[in-house]
Amino acid sequence: MGHIDSVRGENGLSRRKFIVTGVSAAGGLALGFSFPVTASARPLPAQPWSTEAVAPDEISAWIVIDPDETITIRIPHSEMGQGAATSNPMLVAEELECDWAKIKGEFASPNRNVREKNVYRDQNTVGSRGVATSWQYLQQAGASARARLIQAAANRWNVPASECAAENGAVIHKPSNRRLTYGQVAADAAKVKLDKEPAIKTPDQFKLIGKPLPRLDTPVKVNGEAKFGLDAKVPNMAYAAAMSCPVPTGTLASVDESGLAGKRGIVKVVKLKDAVVVVADNTWRAMEGLKALKIAWNFGPAGSSDSAQMKQMYRDTLTEPMIQVRGDGDAAGALSNAPKVIEALYEAPHLAHAPMEPLNATAWVQPNRVDVWIGTQTALATLQQASEASGMKQEQVYIHNAYVGGGFGRRSKHDEMEHAIAASREVGRPVKVTWSREQDIRGDRYRPQAAAKFRAALGPDGMPIAVEAKVAVGSINRSVGRPTENGIEGQAVDGIVNSPYKIPNFYVGGVMKNTHLPVHFWRSVGGSQNCFFYESFIDELAHAAGKDPYQFRRAMVERKDFVGVLEALHDKSNWTSRLPRGRGRGIAVAENHGSVVGTVAEVTVADRDQIKVDRLVVAVDCYHVVNPKIIEAQMESGAMFGLSAALWGEMTVKDGQVQELNFDKYRIVRQAEAPKVEVHLVPSGGPKFGGIGECGTATIAPAVVNAIFAATGKRVRELPLKNVKLSQLASL
Amino acid sequence: MVTLKVNGQTHTLDIEPDMPLLWAIRDEIGLTGTKFGCGIAQCGACTVHIDGVAMRSCSVTVSSASGKEITTIEGLASPDGKLHPVQAAWIAEDVPQCGYCQSGQIMAASALLRQKPNPTDADIDGITNICRCGTYIRIRRAIHRAAATKA
Repeated sequence: MGHIDSVRGENGLSRRKFIVTGVSAAGGLALGFSFPVTASARPLPAQPWSTEAVAPDEISAWIVIDPDETITIRIPHSEMGQGAATSNPMLVAEELECDWAKIKGEFASPNRNVREKNVYRDQNTVGSRGVATSWQYLQQAGASARARLIQAAANRWNVPASECAAENGAVIHKPSNRRLTYGQVAADAAKVKLDKEPAIKTPDQFKLIGKPLPRLDTPVKVNGEAKFGLDAKVPNMAYAAAMSCPVPTGTLASVDESGLAGKRGIVKVVKLKDAVVVVADNTWRAMEGLKALKIAWNFGPAGSSDSAQMKQMYRDTLTEPMIQVRGDGDAAGALSNAPKVIEALYEAPHLAHAPMEPLNATAWVQPNRVDVWIGTQTALATLQQASEASGMKQEQVYIHNAYVGGGFGRRSKHDEMEHAIAASREVGRPVKVTWSREQDIRGDRYRPQAAAKFRAALGPDGMPIAVEAKVAVGSINRSVGRPTENGIEGQAVDGIVNSPYKIPNFYVGGVMKNTHLPVHFWRSVGGSQNCFFYESFIDELAHAAGKDPYQFRRAMVERKDFVGVLEALHDKSNWTSRLPRGRGRGIAVAENHGSVVGTVAEVTVADRDQIKVDRLVVAVDCYHVVNPKIIEAQMESGAMFGLSAALWGEMTVKDGQVQELNFDKYRIVRQAEAPKVEVHLVPSGGPKFGGIGECGTATIAPAVVNAIFAATGKRVRELPLKNVKLSQLASL
Repeated sequence: MVTLKVNGQTHTLDIEPDMPLLWAIRDEIGLTGTKFGCGIAQCGACTVHIDGVAMRSCSVTVSSASGKEITTIEGLASPDGKLHPVQAAWIAEDVPQCGYCQSGQIMAASALLRQKPNPTDADIDGITNICRCGTYIRIRRAIHRAAATKA
């Protein structure tokens, strides 16, 4: 159930405040929003990749208007569930002053983006950027088209453009009461050059943005038609399975193919530096062929590493000299003078992304071009990667980007595509490589392992006078080949360094420390471990001060966004109400990917050790809301993602090899374990749009752990919870 | 030769009897709405109906499915194109995010409704299909909605 209040913003402009309440697990058919029904735009096509042709009479690379008034809007971002394929067209259509029902979305061509010098910008659907870094140029594309349509009609009538206006898919000339539809002037508008780009709308002028419009990709996702990378079909295509060295950094030594004798459908065994690819005429035959091989690997020194060593290494690293990232006041001095110092060590493991669609790619290497069918978050970067892997020029690479069956950060570096390109080159025909789930997890680039050490001192009023945070974590930059300035990367300390709390002496330092496992961006990135560390420790300080965890935080924040989120959490969770014995409520807030987010978790602890999460109340300030329904869904999604990790997520390493290779061991929240999630949107306006895909994950673990403390007096300082025996922890 | 009846159509295929039904459906028959997720009957992305019962096609051999009525997501709507009430409810609740698991979720939900036209929340908890996007709240809502529509 949801409703939207119109309220007067501080700047005097009317802004809309959204309060969207997720419906309880018990359900009810809550339908809704108090908006008048807007007829939906056309459903997106089942096959998301488009032809490379440039349409005649395009208004721009972004917009095509047909004589029948159909308006095609090109979508630069990937659709992986986060809703960009709906929100991006909304941003363009807002400016176009047209009927939403006439809109037809189409995914922008990465190859055209290369040919036309980044006309679709970076096409990077990472870092929660789908709206947050693209709203201005998408609005501009719509505004520019509108101005050119107006100019074209004005030219037709031989009147000044200033006398004309755009309205519901047409240009009108009020003085003479004349009207031309967009379809009637589109061809002329395509030739109009504007002297000056028009200004884009400010949020108070939005009419379409802010509406809870249905997603455009839903119809093709309920009937099996939506084409993911795995569903690509190319004439004469072969099917392949792959296995990477079980110890990352290891290499292939030799392959004994004798087990393939008599196996049907095997085309070729392709040997790569650190992987084997079996090409066959059916995916299952390729997978069975792979199992029949006897493969010898060179594991190298990493082959003797294990989880216990890695954990000790991160602990030991915390005593090394740190690189300072924030230093307000003099934390070390204040701590050395403090009568009492509160200390805690926190730890978090490597995590796999495990998107539902295992990584896969179909490649066809021909003498003058390479085509790749793949679901990618980063079409342009993937095009560059394919160019390097194939030796083709970028203009010769065609990325046919599919619906992405879950990304969460993983689908921005495509090791599976390199397998497909190598295999296609060897067998001279298109090859679809499907990674098994085991290979998907074995070949993952993981959320880095990390440890953090905190020290703090409280003043006479119980509020912190000094906090020192030291972090040791794996380097994502190193893993993806980016330089790191000053030896420490931003994501290593995100979630701590941007603490909103008033603490006069505040130190944050970090050290990058790597294992042999490659690491990568994982939904909410640094926030995924650091918010657990920091917001748990803040809770410890509240307890040490004898203060209510909400009041403790509220007293330390001034920023409007944090205040709004905290107060919404307090009110909507009914924070001051008492819970029965054995239940507890915990709170956590953070800034993540440009938004401020918070969670109140309610848990039940039964039989001293059995933890059940009953309810999650989530509040988010993303400053402006493009589509409240999609944001609500993303917060639910981020919550479940964070909860799976908090309860069960870890990669244990034995002999250098990750052990949890499928969903039997790498557990994911299922229906019976999914708590109620109630989402509240508290946009505070201002100059920016916040990200939404990732932030929902960041505060789940600390809220749950803080709720466990409220229920039991036991402080969990290491995830996942499955390894924690509460009954064996000391009571605080 | 293996004979499979999928969505009312009979396919005679020259394949091994121990090939999992999933790969026959996807790579041999060419229906790609049924997805591969884990290969060990954990995630349910490959759920189809076999004689009306939800089954994980990655772990059913073609020989054991032969002679039975197999329905995939492509065969769930009426032949005239009218969506199954579960599909309609999925649209009304905007359930899918990435969408990859949703064929399996819809097949699991429609099989549940066939067995229990008015499922309780505990009945819905019995669906163990994984959704990495975490659309469970909407799935639950949509199943209740579909039940109400059918009744």
